Amino acid sequence: MSERFEPVIIGFTCNWCSYRAADMAGMGRIQYAPNVRLIRLMCSGRLDPTFVIKAFAGGADGVLVSGCHPGDCHYIEQNYKAMRRFYLLRKLLAQMGIEPARLKLLWASAAEGQLFAEEVTKFTEEVRALGPLNWNPEAALLSEQVLYRQPAEVAA
Amino acid sequence: MSKERIGVYICHCGSNIAGTVDVVEVARWAGETLKERGVVVSRDYKFMCSSLGQELIQKDIKEQGLTRVVVAACSPHLHEQTFRNACKEGGLNPYLCELVSIREQCSWIHSDKAVGTEKAKAIVSGGVEKVIWNEPLEPLRVPINPVTLVVGGGIAGIQAALEIANSGYPVIMVEREPSIGGHMAQFDKTFPTLDCAACILTPRMVEVGSHPNVKLFSYAEVTNVSGYVGNFQVTIKQKARSVNTELCTGCGICQEKCPKKVVDPVFEAGLGYRKAIYTPFPQAVPKYPVIDRENCTYFLKGTCRACEKFCPTGAIDFTQQDEYFTFDVGQIIIATGWDLFDARRIPQYGYGRLANVFTSLEFERLSNAAGPTGGKIVLRDGVTVPKSVAIIHCVGSRDRNYNPYCSAICCMQSLKFAHIVRERTGAEVYNFYLEMRTPAKGYEEFYQRVLEEGTHFIRGKVAEITDAARYPGEEGKIIIQVENTLIGKQMRVPVDMVILSAALEPRRDFKEVARLFGISCSEEGWLIERHPKLDPVATMTEGIYIAGCAQGPKDIPASVAQGAAAAARVVGKIQQKEILMEPIRASIDQDKCSGCRICNNLCPFNAISFIEERMVSEVNPALCQGCGTCVAACPAGAISGTVFSDQAILAQLDGLLLKNVKVLDFTPA
Repeated sequence: MSERFEPVIIGFTCNWCSYRAADMAGMGRIQYAPNVRLIRLMCSGRLDPTFVIKAFAGGADGVLVSGCHPGDCHYIEQNYKAMRRFYLLRKLLAQMGIEPARLKLLWASAAEGQLFAEEVTKFTEEVRALGPLNWNPEAALLSEQVLYRQPAEVAA
Repeated sequence: MSKERIGVYICHCGSNIAGTVDVVEVARWAGETLKERGVVVSRDYKFMCSSLGQELIQKDIKEQGLTRVVVAACSPHLHEQTFRNACKEGGLNPYLCELVSIREQCSWIHSDKAVGTEKAKAIVSGGVEKVIWNEPLEPLRVPINPVTLVVGGGIAGIQAALEIANSGYPVIMVEREPSIGGHMAQFDKTFPTLDCAACILTPRMVEVGSHPNVKLFSYAEVTNVSGYVGNFQVTIKQKARSVNTELCTGCGICQEKCPKKVVDPVFEAGLGYRKAIYTPFPQAVPKYPVIDRENCTYFLKGTCRACEKFCPTGAIDFTQQDEYFTFDVGQIIIATGWDLFDARRIPQYGYGRLANVFTSLEFERLSNAAGPTGGKIVLRDGVTVPKSVAIIHCVGSRDRNYNPYCSAICCMQSLKFAHIVRERTGAEVYNFYLEMRTPAKGYEEFYQRVLEEGTHFIRGKVAEITDAARYPGEEGKIIIQVENTLIGKQMRVPVDMVILSAALEPRRDFKEVARLFGISCSEEGWLIERHPKLDPVATMTEGIYIAGCAQGPKDIPASVAQGAAAAARVVGKIQQKEILMEPIRASIDQDKCSGCRICNNLCPFNAISFIEERMVSEVNPALCQGCGTCVAACPAGAISGTVFSDQAILAQLDGLLLKNVKVLDFTPA
């Protein structure tokens, strides 16, 4: 039996729109690809590019960044800052040898559960077609050293 | 590894979660595999949100000495507060509790139990990693301004304003039109009791206009909103009335003397005329007229000034300018109402082409005793009384080409029309309906009454409304082509007059309104409530409430109920005197800050300022809204955000990717 590749996708969502869109999709019992695991941020502007690199380094095959539609940001205009970072980050990923298509930006309002579900399924198929990322473990280790911010006081 | 003692609780939510996630296995897995990460208790329970479920957590906090709690259940938007409170009751700081969603984001969207279980494990693992980094916090306390802004002076806004004002708190009401009253003021009768709309509405309008606690701005709009719950600043644009309201007595002589007649597209729905200086209707509140500068002869040609000549108090002021006022308000109620579907969008129904096809609002004016015909139901020629009338339901609603939703009021409105037509003209009335929807108190009884009055009901979606006669007896008539789906036959019904029960649609400028107030609207454009069942008047934005048709199509009783409900929420908040706010704020470590000032320009709330003496930036916690953009942008890593710190997010990421789990144990034991 040939196993189908199941990509792991990390989704960064905005508390005000896309996280609620995911809630809406759930409430509507809309079935979509189970491959995405969401992290809730207060705003897509909170997305530190480190998070994305770290996700890839940690084993994610794709990363979804989603926020409010341009002009609808709960914090006035911070989604534009996310958008700026997104385009720069895609270029950076290409330079690092990662297909830029593994990073997706999605605008989804709190009402767009259907859209959110469809786009997640579509993105999952796109990443599936790209295959596993297989980030070089040594490179990953190196990147972790570079990118990990040292916690001031590790509680753990 | 972790010094924390973490309790993990997996909710079954009846079968909502347990149906597609093996909750027992997830709890077992978390207890065994995440032991290294500090999990000391891992349980599953039927309903974690029940009082027994909450007591379970509290008992464990006390007996097991838990220092962190992770609940895997529904969305944090539903029950985060519930579990935080439970932890607080149990003696744990509420912010040391993390709720992760395995219902909306897992069990409800998958049908494969094995897949769902694996995903739930990853989500729980992410929650455990994040909660380690959660810090004990205290909610911020902000004093609340007792002034409330009510946007929209229809029946929902009026009800809300009166409830608040009568509780002794100040209200500012803003209405776009020259008078409050909204659509209800246009109606003649209201279903199902057939009360005269004006008789029940105008006393309320007068009360708003004269209430010592209400400051009314009509012919005005809100142009800017800033701030946050308890402390909003709003800017109101008072459009130039060209009438000095301090001198005007509302005597109406100016309207009598004004020589310029204009079709009134708003209040009279295009059926009647008003003057260039006007109040929309005689009982208008406030009583002061406005000059429509686009149509006033003086403004167009520079001569006339008849109103000025005849005004006994010298109140006409052609030089008046738009004025802007800024107010501090604590909370806002949005009751902006609806617009009528443009029936021209359905060309086969002939509206705008066939003279005697009317919209529902036109018919309201036609049947209104104060309307252009004095309540006489006549054809567009103004004299002929129709002998047969067709009323078409669901025009532009329940139609995938236009609006998929039900407009909620059309069935009852159409029944009301049928009753009025038969009562006043004795004409034959044909109602073309898809389904009859009469769900509220007294509605079905009214339907039975109209049935007994002899109105014809034909079940079927009208295909075409035409004046092209094909058979004898159709000449000079309007013919309704329809399939009667109860007998499965095509029919042609010739009538003299057609009334289209057009859909209720969101206000055309819903997008600007949503943007201005920072709230969201559905795909159709209705403003979204916080929860469709349990929180129908609050919005996702603290301190902003919605009422009436701005939230969705509804009838007058429902609008009134919502207006009152919104007011109750507002008054409840005011009485608390202060508001507890989520302590999600950014702060800058001044030892790490290099003074690069990148963050200064990123903040849309101007919460970050640069301190010249020390060459570092500082966050004003009263202005910070906690979006975290500066945290993400700081190149020195000097800014940290509470609740969503870098460490917490990166830890959650590790957890979701199961990097924290040493032995990848995925097979059920």
